[in-house]
Amino acid sequence: MKIYVTNVFVDNQDKAEKFYTEVLGFDVKNNIPMGEHRWLTVVSGEDPDGTELLLEPSEHPAVKPYKDALVSDGIPAHSFQVENLDAERKRLGEHGVTFVQEPMNAGPVRMAVFDDTCGNLIQLIEMVDTSPA
Amino acid sequence: MTDEQLDLIFKALSDSTRRRIIDRLSQQPAQSLFEVCAASVAEDGVALSRQTVSQHLAVLEKAGLIETTWKGRTKAHSLSISEDHIAAASWLMNYKQDGEKS
Repeated sequence: MKIYVTNVFVDNQDKAEKFYTEVLGFDVKNNIPMGEHRWLTVVSGEDPDGTELLLEPSEHPAVKPYKDALVSDGIPAHSFQVENLDAERKRLGEHGVTFVQEPMNAGPVRMAVFDDTCGNLIQLIEMVDTSPA
Repeated sequence: MTDEQLDLIFKALSDSTRRRIIDRLSQQPAQSLFEVCAASVAEDGVALSRQTVSQHLAVLEKAGLIETTWKGRTKAHSLSISEDHIAAASWLMNYKQDGEKS
């Protein structure tokens, strides 16, 4: 068994597609029309056969209060790994991305949190120390 | 400052976790609940539940020691320590014995 797809609830699929590809730099893997929405997934170019991220419409009535509550408390909906967090924070800042949490050290990782403009906070982490404690 | 306000301030300060939260907010203002929890694990190795931290922040806010603002749609906590708080914390000074050096 393996995890082939995971989801993030987005307010608008078109906007999300732009943000997740043009700003974050992921590639569209699946783009299948399904009624008024799409089965829209992206993958990392660093791992094109890896786990897909489904950009799922926030349609269900339970989704909005759930997302709003997480954002209010600063809790990320998802976490992505980068090689160099400070460089990535600078790059995304130049794209106008808003960080609600600047890079900070947290044990074996360095992490930051930004707004994905689609109703979610996303955490970025850089593995700093991978040696066992 | 009323007795009621003094009670709230001394109650807020009577807990080492809350005092530690004040320490950290002085170093890094405008922290989300998530960030306060993460810093607690990272800096002190203490994994506090979000619910626990949320309650601590509420006690501090009720005493007026912290204030909340919004970073976008995320609630951010910062210190808001006034002269009144300093005066409250110095309450014992009112009863300093004559002849002692301050």
